Amino acid sequence: MEAWLAPEEWSAVRLSLEVAARSVAVSLVPAVLAAVLLSRGRFPGRTLFDALVHLPLVVPPVVVGWGLLMLFGVRGPVGSLLHEWFGVRLVFTTEGAALATAVMSFPLIVRAVRLGLDGVDPGLEAAAGTLGAGRLDRFFAVTLPLMSPGILAGAVTAFAAGLGEFGAVITFASNIPGETQTLPLAIYSATQTPGGEAAAGRLALVSFVLAVSGLLLAELIARRMGRLLGRAG
Amino acid sequence: MALEVALRHRFGRSGGDGFALDAAFAAPTPGVTALFGPSGCGKSTVLAAVAGLLRPWKGRVALDGVAMLDTARGVFVPPERRRCGVVFQDARLFPHLSVGSNLRFGLRRAPRGADGPGFGAVVALLGVGHLLGRRPAGLSGGEKQRVALGRALLSRPRLLLMDEPLAALDAARRAEVLPFLARLRDAAGLPILYVTHALDEVDALADSLVLLEAGRVVAEGSVEALSVRTDLPAFSARRDAGGLLHCAVLEHDAARGLTRLGFPGGALVTPLRPEPAGARLRLRVRARDVAVATEPPRGLSVHNVLPAELSGVAPVPGAQHEAFLRLAVGPSALLARVTRDAVARLGLRPGMAVWALVKSVAFDHGPEAAAGDARTTGEAAPISPPVRGGAAGASDPVVSAVGTAG
Repeated sequence: MEAWLAPEEWSAVRLSLEVAARSVAVSLVPAVLAAVLLSRGRFPGRTLFDALVHLPLVVPPVVVGWGLLMLFGVRGPVGSLLHEWFGVRLVFTTEGAALATAVMSFPLIVRAVRLGLDGVDPGLEAAAGTLGAGRLDRFFAVTLPLMSPGILAGAVTAFAAGLGEFGAVITFASNIPGETQTLPLAIYSATQTPGGEAAAGRLALVSFVLAVSGLLLAELIARRMGRLLGRAG
Repeated sequence: MALEVALRHRFGRSGGDGFALDAAFAAPTPGVTALFGPSGCGKSTVLAAVAGLLRPWKGRVALDGVAMLDTARGVFVPPERRRCGVVFQDARLFPHLSVGSNLRFGLRRAPRGADGPGFGAVVALLGVGHLLGRRPAGLSGGEKQRVALGRALLSRPRLLLMDEPLAALDAARRAEVLPFLARLRDAAGLPILYVTHALDEVDALADSLVLLEAGRVVAEGSVEALSVRTDLPAFSARRDAGGLLHCAVLEHDAARGLTRLGFPGGALVTPLRPEPAGARLRLRVRARDVAVATEPPRGLSVHNVLPAELSGVAPVPGAQHEAFLRLAVGPSALLARVTRDAVARLGLRPGMAVWALVKSVAFDHGPEAAAGDARTTGEAAPISPPVRGGAAGASDPVVSAVGTAG
């Protein structure tokens, strides 16, 4: 593959995988919490929270990137504090690209986790309660293992989608080769360069293969988990 | 000591077509109390409220004087601290855990110092040793329910709650699980609240009974006392309406194929039973299998001729030409179902001395009855050879072929 892809193209592939993985790592736990809150919680402002979580699905990605720029920019309310206290700068960095990707794929994970959670029989949690398990104990001993296929499906989907995130990344993290230039950004750049058609084609093929592998992997994991949880007998 | 329950709860909109529950009863402890009634009468709701899985609008639940729920004083002990082992109709085994881990789920969370039967003892009691490494999805319905029984028992409960544990099983699986329930009852020594709409389960397992209808307690008392109440259609309108006798196996006569059972007030002869001598069992004597005579009868095929006092005559629900006779045989009570014409012809009235005739073959010893190692129930069954009467004082030898009594 190294011979087939130019070094900067290979770095775009590696960067895409890294950004997608880090975005899932960042958003998985908050997404599970949000899903549990939305599925089981009864609190004021639940509808508003629901809408907020799903916002990145409907708002143009460029607008999400712009919002992140306003919030996490060096002069933004959060970004200035991060810079002042920890010397951390998110804009125009790999971390920034991961953050933008995480925000975009957050609703995808929440939806998959909610589906998994809705498949958990509340009767089993009640049974665990009568057997002496308190709220947290019930969640970790019964609910979490039973909803784990949903969590895994969400993680794989978010990873696959994160490989292709374009608008939010280019707006918030810019298009710096080796730093924030992920696969879709590299493809875009190649199409803008005279004679870059071959490179764009190669990168598009890599994108396609990665996406299909992600889907197959998700299906495989779902089956294996289903068997472990006793669904397939 | 008792389990005291008083609940008021309403489902759906207030004043609308919602279902209202207003039930209070006391269940003696230890012992098995059946919550009995038709589907939708609120019995499962009562059980959920006792378990803490439902928070009623108003009420009090106390076990041996200690309140688990008291809305007047703001007491609500959460289910995980009530120590009520619950066996649900649908087993509710954890699908991601092995049978062994399911059984240990409650055991690992039981408070330190709480004692009860050990893991090995429970596994042996319920015969689930060969299933420990399996996943619940691979078990039969009966096996699942046995594991659920063990899981509840191993959580070291102070009270066992059973919500129609046999209702989801077919007849063969029920017959498989029922004896394990009887064993568990005898081994656990715990108070048990048992929700059911099946009378044979009540006969086989329960000591006392709470009859629920449309969210209200219609009657409560011992199973024996309630089953001869002719004013309760839940019992008297059934085909198998009749008295229940607490019996002990006195002796077997293998040569004649007979077993003699003693009960308070007399003795009965039945076809040879599988239980060992000394075993206790409970026999349902159907009213339609009992006839009466006003003089000591002779020349009958009927084994059991019991001297009795006629204590009452009552109408039969849905059969205006028939009547129930309430018979006192010593301290035990039986019912006989006869025609109104017979009542008039024989001049039957309360206080009269009569002889109750019960066919031996009226008692069943089919799979369900034979499977239990303790109290059991009886229903109609095959033919038995003729033999002398079993009751003291009415022991005229009876020599004849099998006929129809009743």
